[in-house]
Amino acid sequence: MIDAITGPWPWWISGPLLGLMVPLLLLLANKQFGVSSSLQHICAAVLPVRKAKYFNYDWKASMWSIVLVAGVVVGAAIAVLFLNGDAAPEVSSSARELFASWGLSSPEALQPAEIFGTSALSSPAALVILIGGGFLVGFGARYANGCTSGHAIMGLSLLSVGSLVAVIGFFIGGLAMAHLILPYIVSLL
Amino acid sequence: MKLIKFFLFGVYFGVVLVKAEVVSWFRIQEMFYFQSVHMYGIIGSAVVIGALSVFLIRTFGIRSVEGEEIKLAAKPFNKVGNLAGGIVFGLGWALVGACPGPLYALIGAGYWSVLIALAGAFAGVVTYGYAKPHLPH
Repeated sequence: MIDAITGPWPWWISGPLLGLMVPLLLLLANKQFGVSSSLQHICAAVLPVRKAKYFNYDWKASMWSIVLVAGVVVGAAIAVLFLNGDAAPEVSSSARELFASWGLSSPEALQPAEIFGTSALSSPAALVILIGGGFLVGFGARYANGCTSGHAIMGLSLLSVGSLVAVIGFFIGGLAMAHLILPYIVSLL
Repeated sequence: MKLIKFFLFGVYFGVVLVKAEVVSWFRIQEMFYFQSVHMYGIIGSAVVIGALSVFLIRTFGIRSVEGEEIKLAAKPFNKVGNLAGGIVFGLGWALVGACPGPLYALIGAGYWSVLIALAGAFAGVVTYGYAKPHLPH
């Protein structure tokens, strides 16, 4: 039993467990699942940005969303400290070949050290990946009014057309980055 | 004190995000190169559970534990905003290999350099907040 929890989880276990966030929040708290609005609420709460109408509202009414993401940080730490959460993902052999062709060492942890290790911070390409990727995720999630949780999981569960359009956008942008731009940036690491 | 339950939901979500490996840059690239069923299976089965929950709540008029009617509302459909914002989001998702939930989770997982990515995300949100009146939606 312990081995089953600390070992890798198959997708047909972890997917439904992620989906359970929808009924958990609806039944126990009457809230719709979504993560990226927390970014807006945290900005409204701690940054001097209230001149912008977008941040001038009662963020305290959305405190639950900020508390939830604080829980995510703690949950992830628990997974790594007690459940072997930083084990290397067992990616497919074709993915291994792809990473090798990019000059990355084969997975030894969740993340490639060449990008996410602290020694990578001296690499301009790694900084572009971290800062640029973060910026696009933040800007895009709020422009689209939702991210993978609010649009892909909650929105598609509601059969929302707008969420479907957003998810199609996620994949247009993701495929373009992964195939057309990322290989070049990774070659500069 | 009502907030404690949200903290616990977050802890649960953080554990599952990490153990599902959806926080892994490797898994995101593997997904965008269609080299494994892993990510598609996870997103697909999560949506099945979510949609089934919504269907049951609607069909049987199930109420929340506090006896309230459960609010179920799709977000407004913004043709340009959903698509253009979605594309920008996708570019970032494939670059840094993480969406917002995983950005938070990776910090808890001890990947300190992701603090820089999260700072970038806040910069993106602030930029959007100021640009919003000038952008097509």
